[in-house]
Amino acid sequence: MIDAAQNVFWILVFPGLAFTLAVGLFASWLVRKVSAVVQYRVGPPIYQPMADVMKLMGKEILIPQDAHRVTFIAAPLVGFSGVLLLSTVLWLATAGVSYVGDIVVAMYLMVFPSLALILGSSASASPHAAVGAGREMKLVLSYELPLVLAIVVVILKAAGSVEPGQQLSLAAISQHAPVLSVSGALAFLVALLCIQAKLGFVPFDIAESETELASGVMIEYSGALLGVWKLMQAMMLVALPLFLVVAFLGGIDLSGPSVLWGIGKFVLVLVLVILIKNTNPRVRIDQAMRFFWFYCGTALVAAVILASVGAAYRIPWL
Amino acid sequence: MDWKLWALKKSIWVFHVNAGACNNCDIEIVNLLTPKFDVERFGIKLVGSPRHADALLVTGVGTRQAAKRVQEVYRQTSKPCVVFCMGACACGMGIFEGGYHVAGPIDSIIHEVDPNAIIAYVPGCPPKPQAMIMGVVKALAALQPKEKYATERVGQAVLANPG
Repeated sequence: MIDAAQNVFWILVFPGLAFTLAVGLFASWLVRKVSAVVQYRVGPPIYQPMADVMKLMGKEILIPQDAHRVTFIAAPLVGFSGVLLLSTVLWLATAGVSYVGDIVVAMYLMVFPSLALILGSSASASPHAAVGAGREMKLVLSYELPLVLAIVVVILKAAGSVEPGQQLSLAAISQHAPVLSVSGALAFLVALLCIQAKLGFVPFDIAESETELASGVMIEYSGALLGVWKLMQAMMLVALPLFLVVAFLGGIDLSGPSVLWGIGKFVLVLVLVILIKNTNPRVRIDQAMRFFWFYCGTALVAAVILASVGAAYRIPWL
Repeated sequence: MDWKLWALKKSIWVFHVNAGACNNCDIEIVNLLTPKFDVERFGIKLVGSPRHADALLVTGVGTRQAAKRVQEVYRQTSKPCVVFCMGACACGMGIFEGGYHVAGPIDSIIHEVDPNAIIAYVPGCPPKPQAMIMGVVKALAALQPKEKYATERVGQAVLANPG
């Protein structure tokens, strides 16, 4: 009973819903503010993301006549709960509550938002949304391969220094910083770009390109359902950089003043993502696929070989 | 203050509808988003779909071809929403009054589908960006919960059918 109550508290209040939402709304303000500063603008006030979501919650929900109603309404909620669980798993791993295999769980949960987007846009009976869904699907197919290879590198790097089996647990992985080796740095760079694609940011915002597809996958969503999508994206802005910090940069140490250094790593990853967003044009879907499969894929196969060699011959910097 | 109304005033997402404009007003509207005027300071953002929009910026005289589309876009917009007539043509047909191709000023076109539509006018040929910001500010200041804006009108049916 106590355990159940504690789990509910974890999911709904502290590392889960309330906390991640607050941080996520702040992070999405940071995205807009840093973009504005890059473009010599003033940018929105700090309460802007909150005002946006509040406004959307108060608006009318329109459901297209030909849409599949249940799927159309369920899709944002599915995506939202997936990201919620992902962020809870990651924060708990940061706090030391971890189990063997949670990195695999995190990998699966990270696909949830994309799947929900594909589901929702396919259910909305709009040609623009259908094109967006197709592009999102291709994008998922392109970036999952390099991302999985990058995580393999992380596991290989961790395997040498922890007990057998523990290399699959995020808490054990977050004790090390694989980015300080050649293969780890390579894997981190590619994983950063995969995160960019997962967040739907330029240069990989192909699925919701505002100019050609009129925000593509989300075109038919309005009111509170759109608000749930926006909240999901805000929470992804917390969960995905946090995943990079936990897997590659040595995690966030919650004890004492070193927590500031952990927050610094998180903000660093976030600002890197925002700067990539602001300094690149959008690529076409075929360019994105070629980039992820041939360039990132090849680089990561090399990284996996380097990491295996390093593990076999005990060379920590490889 | 009503939280819905507060949030709406702080976060206006606009959708730009060209109803047969000469592109002059459109350029000035795009000018609003540039670093010089930067309406994102006030939470105003250009969106790609009328479903996401809180305000329709309509430019142009409302040609017979465009009139049906404007009505359709208005129906697709989730309520509550405000229609802004940008420029002399949209406000009162301008120099095209009486033309064979003109279906009427934007306000009468919108009133055909929703007699209670909230419409604001920003005259000028083209209106300056400062004038547009002024128009938006005045229209927002005029919105009160009492005027059946934020609460009572939500979910109200619009009149004509799309057929």
